[in-house]
Amino acid sequence: MAHVRSEIRQDWVTNTDTYGQLTADIVRPIENKPNALWLIFTIISGLVMLMCFGLIGWTIYEGIGTWGLNKTIGWAFDITNFVFWVGIGHAGTLISAVLMLFRQEWRNSINRASEAMTIFAVFCAGLFPLIHMGRIWVAFWTLPLPNTRGSLWVNFNSPLLWDVFAISTYLTVSIVFWYLGMIPDLATIRDRMKRAGRNFEAWIYGLFAMGWAGSSRNWSRYEVISLILAGLATPLVLSVHSIVSMDFATAVLPGWHTTIFPPYFVAGAIFSGFGMVQTLMIVTRKVYKLENYITMDHMESIAKIVIATGSLVGLAYMTELFIAYYSGSLWERYAFINRALGPYGWSYWIMFSCNVITPQLFWFKKIRTNMLATFIISIFVNIGMWFERFVIIITSLHQDFLPSSWAMYTPTWVEVGIFVGTFGLFMFFFFLFSKYLPVINMFEVKTLMHNIKKPQHVIDIENGNGGSVETESEYESGDSEGEN
Amino acid sequence: MEKNFLIGKFWNTDHVLKAAKTLKEKGVLIYDVFSPFPIHGIEPFLNIKRSRLAIAAFFLGLLGATVAVTCMSLIYGAIWPMNIGGKPALAFPDFVPITFEMTVFFACHGMVLTFFMVGNYWPGKKARLFDDRQTDDVFIIAIDEEKLENESAVKAVLSESGAYEIGYQTL
Repeated sequence: MAHVRSEIRQDWVTNTDTYGQLTADIVRPIENKPNALWLIFTIISGLVMLMCFGLIGWTIYEGIGTWGLNKTIGWAFDITNFVFWVGIGHAGTLISAVLMLFRQEWRNSINRASEAMTIFAVFCAGLFPLIHMGRIWVAFWTLPLPNTRGSLWVNFNSPLLWDVFAISTYLTVSIVFWYLGMIPDLATIRDRMKRAGRNFEAWIYGLFAMGWAGSSRNWSRYEVISLILAGLATPLVLSVHSIVSMDFATAVLPGWHTTIFPPYFVAGAIFSGFGMVQTLMIVTRKVYKLENYITMDHMESIAKIVIATGSLVGLAYMTELFIAYYSGSLWERYAFINRALGPYGWSYWIMFSCNVITPQLFWFKKIRTNMLATFIISIFVNIGMWFERFVIIITSLHQDFLPSSWAMYTPTWVEVGIFVGTFGLFMFFFFLFSKYLPVINMFEVKTLMHNIKKPQHVIDIENGNGGSVETESEYESGDSEGEN
Repeated sequence: MEKNFLIGKFWNTDHVLKAAKTLKEKGVLIYDVFSPFPIHGIEPFLNIKRSRLAIAAFFLGLLGATVAVTCMSLIYGAIWPMNIGGKPALAFPDFVPITFEMTVFFACHGMVLTFFMVGNYWPGKKARLFDDRQTDDVFIIAIDEEKLENESAVKAVLSESGAYEIGYQTL
């Protein structure tokens, strides 16, 4: 019963011919002591995270007056950063859910890290609405709880409340999806640790592996639940950023009040998310030497999604401009002329060039396969997508209907510090994740391996050495070095 | 409850599938197959029926939707009607996003809890393993000794299919 497999299909795993070798390669950072580089970067990002918390503390203690907001521009950096981080949080679930439904095999080796990225990005995003409340201790007022405040209820007509539901559903579902996908891999680590005699680690990983033993009955059920979760998460991903876009689209403000917003925001979110996936994956595959599992084909596939979504975003920009002209509405036309040519015009052109022009370079295979160029473009994508939100929010607000109330907005050092600090938080969690959890979904990647060779421990048994009891040296080699 | 099993260890999915298929054809009841990753197409040889979790997910989603619509209608229709610009207090199109989110929330979390309950998973549960490589690179076919009728024939099938180790083990 040999595999039937077309020769023209790419191999998503290269230079790996036993399952054990894959396991050994992926759990290496977990089993070994962290290197100095990892420690330095984790400590730095941890310090930046602490700065973020310090400045949030200062904001809460002193009040929102520490920010550069004014009567005309009532929300700026906070909501920009919120939408930015939520957008980044969209790639993970897209990769794990949508690409799963479309049976894109290449998702298998990048889904774990992107889901982690999603969760940490949503952490960062969730901070901003909370601290913008000013009185963070009454944040529970956003929940429809029976109460004694005259029985005051939340406003179910408000997209801001929809956001509360969408973001919390998205966060919890993403965490569950991530964790569920990790259970078999945690079991693998548990058993490897036990084999190495590291009982404490085996106990810790075993605690979370929930007694997984890989029975076919369990796998069968597991596959069904993964599929249904993917089916549920797919519309969820699309709904979350649609709802975020309605924060703006339901306001009667030129530049915001457009029906194109939901699809436009979703495309932008996927675009920015994949930009961040590129940034992180280029570094991760290099540092952890995972080039055999996150191959150049993977990086090319990601680049292709970036170019597709980037072009969609570009189409949305053009459509907005055209509709502003075609609507005949004086206010709408002015909003867009002001956006491109007004005092914040520079930010519009940063957005346009980073999101629409530079990603077009991915049409060239030379650039798609050049990791330095890809890395730089992915950074541009991140910058461009942050500016997109800045442009949408600030330029629509700062020159409103009444010229006497026109104003400019400049962030204060506190706002900038909090924003920079969220990168510390994001990276700190990502570094911890990359050290203590398998960055690649081992069991899913194993299903993509073909032409497996006989592992060394099997050869040993067949030659009469070993048997059921395994020797230390056998574990050490882990992979089949003798065969390569 | 400890039981004795005849087990065959394999290193290749093709061999496992071949063995499972032959055993099924010979009418041997396989207790279970353990593998580091799902082996597609093995379910019929083990008489595994498709999981009914989807049905659970559907009803849990329905529950979520009902809870959302009921709560919002009660709050806006009876407890706290709000007059915003003379628009109706009970505006169902506005309820769609929250209803959708609650549907997904209930379906996802409820289904995962159901999965943990029916599979009997709980944090810290001790794994029952024949071989500590079965979550890494070893595949195991286990046959309950009590239900084993023709031992030598089964052993022959296992070894012909490519098992590298065959023996008895209690679990």
